[in-house]
Amino acid sequence: MGILEVSGVNKRFGGLQALGDVNLDIVENTIHAIIGPNGAGKSTLLNCLIGKLDPDTGSVMFDGKPVLGLAPHQINQMGISRVFQTPEIFAELTVLENVVIPCFAKRDGPFRMHAYESVFHENELMDKAESILRDLNMHMKKEMHAGALSRGDKRRLEMAMCLVQEPKLLLLDEPTAGMARADTNNTIDLLKEIKEKRDITMVVIEHDMHVVFSLAEKISVLAQGSIIAEGLPQDIKGNPKVQEAYLGGAQL
Amino acid sequence: MLGLNKKDFLLLLIVTMLTMLAPFVLNPFPEGSALAQFNAGYPDLMQRFVIFGIFAIGFNILFGLTGYLSFGHAAFLGVGSYAAIWMMKLLTMNVIPAIIVAVVVAGLFSVVVGFISLRRSGIYFSILTLAFAMMSYQLAYSVLTPITGGETGLQPKVNDPRLLDSALVDGATPTANLFGLSMRSSYELEIGSWLFTFNAGYYVAAVVMLLSFYLAIRIFRSPFGMMLRAVKSNQNRMKYTGLNPKPYTLAAFVISGMYAGLAGGLMVAMDSQVGPERMFWTASGEVVLMTILGGVGTLIGPVLGAGAIKYMENIISKINTEILHSWFSFLPDGLEDLIVNLTYPFIGKGWHLTLGIVFMLVVIFLPGGLVEGAQRIAGLIRRKDKSGGMPPASAKAEPAE
Repeated sequence: MGILEVSGVNKRFGGLQALGDVNLDIVENTIHAIIGPNGAGKSTLLNCLIGKLDPDTGSVMFDGKPVLGLAPHQINQMGISRVFQTPEIFAELTVLENVVIPCFAKRDGPFRMHAYESVFHENELMDKAESILRDLNMHMKKEMHAGALSRGDKRRLEMAMCLVQEPKLLLLDEPTAGMARADTNNTIDLLKEIKEKRDITMVVIEHDMHVVFSLAEKISVLAQGSIIAEGLPQDIKGNPKVQEAYLGGAQL
Repeated sequence: MLGLNKKDFLLLLIVTMLTMLAPFVLNPFPEGSALAQFNAGYPDLMQRFVIFGIFAIGFNILFGLTGYLSFGHAAFLGVGSYAAIWMMKLLTMNVIPAIIVAVVVAGLFSVVVGFISLRRSGIYFSILTLAFAMMSYQLAYSVLTPITGGETGLQPKVNDPRLLDSALVDGATPTANLFGLSMRSSYELEIGSWLFTFNAGYYVAAVVMLLSFYLAIRIFRSPFGMMLRAVKSNQNRMKYTGLNPKPYTLAAFVISGMYAGLAGGLMVAMDSQVGPERMFWTASGEVVLMTILGGVGTLIGPVLGAGAIKYMENIISKINTEILHSWFSFLPDGLEDLIVNLTYPFIGKGWHLTLGIVFMLVVIFLPGGLVEGAQRIAGLIRRKDKSGGMPPASAKAEPAE
């Protein structure tokens, strides 16, 4: 019984079968990578998990509850957070505010009319936000505008915004896309560190094999809209079907 | 203090002092002097400063925080005015019920308009609000004449029912009052050749303005205010953070609609009349100008912008050719005529031209509005203080009012 169960998901865009009968079972407290060549349907699958797209058929269950048909904010309230390919942050707000907002969302739900209280009197939430910034080595930048951060720090901030909500499941959409090797390695270390410190399930969609094989505990390979292989990293490496689809037959 | 941090409390204190002492502050020139026409300390104009200040403060809660640019906020002001005048016709000439009902009715109306308009964002939202405001204007102007008095508008009449008031004596006119204190009553103080007017209506409006300013500060500093800034910054991230941006935006829209209704109710409390032109699109545009001119998203900016525009409207439009001739009479005749002719389009009815130029200059050189200008001057002074030790305390940035 996984924390996230995807069964029989189909999605068609006009004549294109983007996802064909996808089944996935994400086990709690693992890092599960979804890989596949360009156009395999990775992003479509992710968008189906977070409520951005509704699949034509199939079901997605999170923690025993159905996810499909819910709005993004409702899915987040169930305990799923998402990191985007290009960091989505509140650029005009300070780093600290960026991290406090998710705390409010977690405590007060999707909407609350707290128009007469002061942000800075919410000591408990402020402490929580400051401690996650300390954890991720961003505390000295807390008064900066988030838009002024470097790309790596923006990624770190987005991660902090997700983690401060203590999600049960963290979805990462190509977290190292467009990064230099050094930054990529930093991100890998960061994710490993996060995994060690807390109980969290991660689903990583990734292009970069180096990232996938240094992080993932389990891998699903997507090609032309269907899962063609699934298993431990060492099994995937040697799987001829994967090499055929993904690498055009070349040796890994 | 009062739940505010030190800086905000100081700002509130300064604004309180300035509004309470406005009859002095706005009348710096002695009566009869050549500069007396630049005095703004007469009741009518002072009332307008604070009432449009309220209007702009409320508008800034929507536009400044969430970034949604409404081009139809005058509709709420107008609806508030009509609601207030009906209270004066049916219930009492006391201004309290009129103002409260104005706020409530404008709030309800803005729930409807906001709910529909906020289905879109950006330019489409602006156009929807503009369409609503122009529909309201047309309704008030012709279709709903029995309720709105059509083109001529409404005024309290002697034979209106007014359930709570005792019947008026024959020949008496109904006057807006606060428990008997007439809004028109003034106390005049003469010191030397200076004449200061303290008007009851102005002080009622000023107290309401200070309360709404205080409330605006609280909203700006609240978690709710932070969420509104998040709406402006990144709605996508908000959704994936478990927040629903829609009710936040609608709440901001309704709050600003209620501020507009409050301003409309106060207008009626001051001059006991209303006409459909209050809802015309130029009135909606004016509050946008005020907010941008003063500084979008700042606390004090909208109030400054409202003051600056109302000052120009009333003072520059009063200047005529004769006054220009008397100013430039020291020049040789030909040159005098030339300069007068060149200046003429910018005064009197041409004050809009002056406003346009000022607005362009501010937007181009001070995108943060008058507030940014004041901050730059303050920064300059601070730097001078540090290096040269010249304390030009008197040159301190005095907001244009």
